[in-house]
Amino acid sequence: MADKVLMKGNEALAEAAIMAGCRHYFGYPITPQTEVAAYLSKRMPQIGGTFLQAESEIAAINMVIGVASAGKRVMTSSSSPGISLKSEGLSYLAGCDLPALVVNVQRGGPGLGGIQPSQSDYFQATRGAGHGDFHMLVLAPASVQEMASLVFKGFDLADKYRMTTMILADGTMGQMMEPVSLDMGEVQSYDKSWAVTGTQGKRRHNIVNSLSLLPEELEQWNIARYERYHTIEENETMVEKFMADDAEIVVVAFGVAARVARNAIVAAREKGIKAGLIRPITLWPFPKKQLRDAAKHAKAFVSVELSMGQMIEDVELSIRCARPVLLCSRVGGMIPTPEEVLAKIEEAARTGGDEA
Amino acid sequence: MIVFERPKALADVKLHYCPGCTHGIIHRLVAEAIDELGIEGRTIGIAPVGCSVFAYNYFNCDMVEAAHGRAPAVATGVKRANPDNIVFTYQGDGDLAAIGTAETVHSAARGENITIIFVNNAIYGMTGGQMAPTTLPGQVTQTSPYGRKVESVGYPLRVCELLSNVTGATYLERVAVNDVKNVRNAKRAIQKAFHYQMEGKGFSLIEVLSTCPTNWGLTPDKALKWLEENMIPYYPLGVYKDKYAEEAGK
Repeated sequence: MADKVLMKGNEALAEAAIMAGCRHYFGYPITPQTEVAAYLSKRMPQIGGTFLQAESEIAAINMVIGVASAGKRVMTSSSSPGISLKSEGLSYLAGCDLPALVVNVQRGGPGLGGIQPSQSDYFQATRGAGHGDFHMLVLAPASVQEMASLVFKGFDLADKYRMTTMILADGTMGQMMEPVSLDMGEVQSYDKSWAVTGTQGKRRHNIVNSLSLLPEELEQWNIARYERYHTIEENETMVEKFMADDAEIVVVAFGVAARVARNAIVAAREKGIKAGLIRPITLWPFPKKQLRDAAKHAKAFVSVELSMGQMIEDVELSIRCARPVLLCSRVGGMIPTPEEVLAKIEEAARTGGDEA
Repeated sequence: MIVFERPKALADVKLHYCPGCTHGIIHRLVAEAIDELGIEGRTIGIAPVGCSVFAYNYFNCDMVEAAHGRAPAVATGVKRANPDNIVFTYQGDGDLAAIGTAETVHSAARGENITIIFVNNAIYGMTGGQMAPTTLPGQVTQTSPYGRKVESVGYPLRVCELLSNVTGATYLERVAVNDVKNVRNAKRAIQKAFHYQMEGKGFSLIEVLSTCPTNWGLTPDKALKWLEENMIPYYPLGVYKDKYAEEAGK
């Protein structure tokens, strides 16, 4: 068992990227993820890597596209308004089937919004990251340990499926300090014979491209990509369950909201309410099956979110609206208290969600 | 005896360009430079969005197709990933001097060791002939049907002059491909830009004045004449910056 060190979430994430073999980082300053860039601006030169502060988020994501095209592991990080600027590049990454790791340490919005924690980019991450039909793998850490381990895993998934992995964190995960083990295991290697590295006169040229003016061809590209997505949904969905196996009130929450929800669930159990937690670790693919299974013994669901109610739609879709789903939410940088979550659990237990 | 053949760096495919368009000449000059420097196997090209979007099919080296205006940022990533590669972008005026202005200026400011081939034909070609950042005052286009009015839409950008004030840039030259003499000079400039990159000397941009007979509404020969009589006076040919020549006191 490796020793644990006390680290800030943003720094643990940055160090894990290095351990995953990432030697190229491009960013642009924005609160609350600045520590990622500050940390890597120190570390990358020490290990012969590239840290580059780009002229914009748009330039940064296109630099990411360049390194990814060349077949190397690459990362950028930002916070909500900056991710909006990257959305063009996220679509091109998908269209070109390039692997990359993109971090969003979310803050409240819309517009310039605020700088306090938020989860209101859920729709953007899971549905609307850019134009066209595509998905990103979306991983939601709920501890400093996961800020590190999900980055390490995220690079593997990106390479394995040739797509973007987004780490959807929030300001809390980025800023808080916890003990973390950086024992990450072996870095896997993947075939990148498609990359632009120079033909060396030995092969036909490689082209990294998302353009086809032939509708029949472009349709097939999309269908092939969605077959890959289907494989991912089958094999890569991750959840953590807490007291969920016999739960009559199933709380669904990710990131910091899941940490608050755990305390509320313990309190509810003390009051005799059979509450439990299903924490999606992958927001895409969303754990539909796990929620459908939970609906068999649940009377009602509670979606706890730092948004006006975004993930709740996936909860309702997953269980085909077979049970009531209550929303417990705070926004604008506010975080629900355990008491607020407990009150919502009690309401669900009392009414079976009838008032929802 | 073979006296004229296709450069090896240029694929043996039919180009889609309109009759009389000078993209074909410029493609050939880039390919000849790659051949003569013997760098095809380690060269990566970045195609733009615009008429030359399919450049990735025409050059035999590895190619990436970038988003509109972002080629210098993509080139930055490719070059940083593998500094031994020779990396060039091939961009039009809308791509480089409008939507991609920030990427152009800042890749120059960083002194990225890349080569930009900037094809200026004073119009958006692929989308059917709209006003470009380089459209001349008074020039009629689809979106300046009464001629470019500088009072309301301002003046064309002179990219070489603009970048000549950027300390990080190494080599900037404006050339044209309207006659044999200028074509030969353009080839020399393109080759020199690649050569500088091979020596690690930093950012080069070669602006090539080019024709668009289709969207200018002129025959190919009249388009060449129009370039000579209208574009060259507004966009004077010549070297705008050559850091190493200046240092050598040339």
